[in-house]
Amino acid sequence: MALLQISEPGMSTAPHQHRLAVGIDLGTTNSLVATVRNGVTLCLQDEDGRTLLPSIVHYLPDGQIVVGRKAMATQAVDPRNTIVSVKRFMGRGLKDVAHVETMPYDFVDNAGMVRLRTVQGVKSPVEVSAEILKDLRLRAERSLGGELTGAVITVPAYFDEAQRQATKDAARLAGLNVLRLLNEPTAAAIAYGLENASEGIYAVYDLGGGTFDISILRLSRGVFEVVATSGDAALGGDDFDHRLFCWILDNAGISLPSDRDSRRMLMKAREVKERLTLDESVPIRMTLDSGDEIDLTIERDVFVDMTRPLVDKTLRPLKKALRDANLDPADVKGVVMVGGATRMPHVQKAVGEFFGAMPLTNLDPDTVVAIGAAMQANVLAGNRAGEDEWLLLDVIPLSLGIETMGGLAEKIIPRNSTIPTARAQEFTTFKDGQTAMAFHVVQGEREMIADCRSLARFELRGIPPMVAGAARIRVTFQVDADGLLSVTARETTTGVEARVEVKPSYGLADNEIAEMLQAGFEHARDDMERRGLKEQQVEATRVIEATEKALAVDGGLLSDAERADLDAAIAALRSAAEGREVRAIKIQLEAFNRASNEFASRRMDKSIREALAGHKIDEIRI
Amino acid sequence: MLDLHQDYFALFGLPRAFAIDIERLEQAYLDLQGKVHPDRYAHLPDAEKRLSMQWATHVNEAFRTLKNPLTRGHYLLELRGVDPAFDTNTAMSAEFLMEQMEWREALGEAKDAADEDVLDELARRVRHSSKALVDELARQLDVANDLEGAADTVRRMKFLEKLQHEINDALTALES
Repeated sequence: MALLQISEPGMSTAPHQHRLAVGIDLGTTNSLVATVRNGVTLCLQDEDGRTLLPSIVHYLPDGQIVVGRKAMATQAVDPRNTIVSVKRFMGRGLKDVAHVETMPYDFVDNAGMVRLRTVQGVKSPVEVSAEILKDLRLRAERSLGGELTGAVITVPAYFDEAQRQATKDAARLAGLNVLRLLNEPTAAAIAYGLENASEGIYAVYDLGGGTFDISILRLSRGVFEVVATSGDAALGGDDFDHRLFCWILDNAGISLPSDRDSRRMLMKAREVKERLTLDESVPIRMTLDSGDEIDLTIERDVFVDMTRPLVDKTLRPLKKALRDANLDPADVKGVVMVGGATRMPHVQKAVGEFFGAMPLTNLDPDTVVAIGAAMQANVLAGNRAGEDEWLLLDVIPLSLGIETMGGLAEKIIPRNSTIPTARAQEFTTFKDGQTAMAFHVVQGEREMIADCRSLARFELRGIPPMVAGAARIRVTFQVDADGLLSVTARETTTGVEARVEVKPSYGLADNEIAEMLQAGFEHARDDMERRGLKEQQVEATRVIEATEKALAVDGGLLSDAERADLDAAIAALRSAAEGREVRAIKIQLEAFNRASNEFASRRMDKSIREALAGHKIDEIRI
Repeated sequence: MLDLHQDYFALFGLPRAFAIDIERLEQAYLDLQGKVHPDRYAHLPDAEKRLSMQWATHVNEAFRTLKNPLTRGHYLLELRGVDPAFDTNTAMSAEFLMEQMEWREALGEAKDAADEDVLDELARRVRHSSKALVDELARQLDVANDLEGAADTVRRMKFLEKLQHEINDALTALES
């Protein structure tokens, strides 16, 4: 009960105050949205009763955008304007993407993230993903009958900074309030762990359409602690399809298929792969646009042999994660299998042999991530009762560092650090009178900068001239609970500061996002304005409600004068929220945040003292 | 007022000593994160979200520092006003340096030969040596109050940690 009263003032069990929150699995192949309703977690269905939304977006010449199953139907007819597996392009440059030569798109190779030229103009992968997310948001709002408070969006654990930021940007574009970016294997662990009341060390093996993750977790008494994670952000079921596609080309003697034929053969390859899960041999028959006839039969053994290198490729990150966690395969109590590609019998067999025990396949590998995300969204929205809350401790998958002299990367935050986290490092000037310093932020495990991913560059200017080595420049890396980085540099003797929210080199600039949002506004300006006002009103109401609950419990922490100030701020905010001026509400919200700072920090103190009460309080200097 | 500057031992309610009860540390850590973690504040006003992130960051840093014997020893030395000066002080016994050179040579050879077994064996020996140093450090800090000796031990541990990382990297490189 203590937790309920002190840490969760905004929470209520009254049904009318239930906040609508969803978990979204934005997958390479399929996407889903799930929610917790009346204590039950379920995947939401579209109008045809389907839960899986194929992650396919079709841009039509008349300005229409079709998403999902209908777009799937046209992908072989209009491959150039029908984008599949867009997740593989998120936060990536053209040179990072595998198999571009067999993809039917018109790529635009510009400096940052790769773009696709469509009949509706050049599209960024962020915009394409936003269409998928928008479809799911509308599905959820229809199904739940109201606007969403927020969403938890899942990302592969091995996604780097650029890919995470791109995902968050896509959600923003889709009009979603992102409560958290959650790692897919962690989401699966929540769903599995809560369902089975598991305790001990578990591994989650997540082979999706385009990404592979392995996470090692310690589950104990409601705590989900990720101890290590690894993976390959460009390895998935698509690669198995591609091997099969190449095999068909080879065996049918076709060298350069048209875009449409390529797409049809890739679709065929996926279908054959899926059938090989159950059947020992599958016939492949099709007539191409070119007039070529394909009539082949493939045995499962042949498919297993040709894709063995891919399966072996998943075992390396597995070993690395175990070594990072300082564990042996035998220490792992169970392996949870996630992602449609884990249905392949030879994948299950390889994982089973590695751990010496058959993997756990009793959960639906397609839906488990969305289910876990929905459970977490429900907690983050404040819908849960305090006593049965769980705690989730996740890590960053890749080390974050800075370039030093000689093109070397100096690690500031090592991989597998629990988030949120912050680390600082001091640097100094190397020339007399030097007044500026350039920083290059990178991500990766290699020693040479050239082998790491470049995240951002920024400069600290205005350093007072001193002799070389006299300036003290403190660079602080802060990673938040979404795994996103911000960096500050500060000259400590004078306090000159430079701050960057790391916008990865491969990400979208803020003005690009603004332009995209603007473009959206122009289509439906009134709707967006109404939505903007509504959002601010909801935010104001939420904040007032949370604060009043907190005051009811902890009002005694404030003096009469302080209480009066806070009450005045609440009154001002309430009256602004009753009006229709978005700006007025924003101003009052900011004023309110300033007024409530002190109260918030006293409550935090009280809460921490509570946590320590079970320990030796007398040793704590207060 | 509780603040972010109190020492890490006090934060977790532990006596300020090298030998610690790891289970108690872990429990105190989880209890604290249970109160301050950003997931608990996602639906609250910005002021509280910001505080939560600061505290959760601080608690993670404190836990990381105390959990690992090397960083714990280093931290205790700092609290007692001693800087182990990793970068500048490299005065170590000839015996220790000889052993280091031998190991580095063995690591280089195993890397060239791509010999996983030799690397594993080397990793085992380094772990064994590290363990001995941890016992030594506990005696120096908690019993003998030999701060100079403790600083030397911490520097040695730093050497071994680096070596351990390099062995792990070599093993990872072999697998890919």
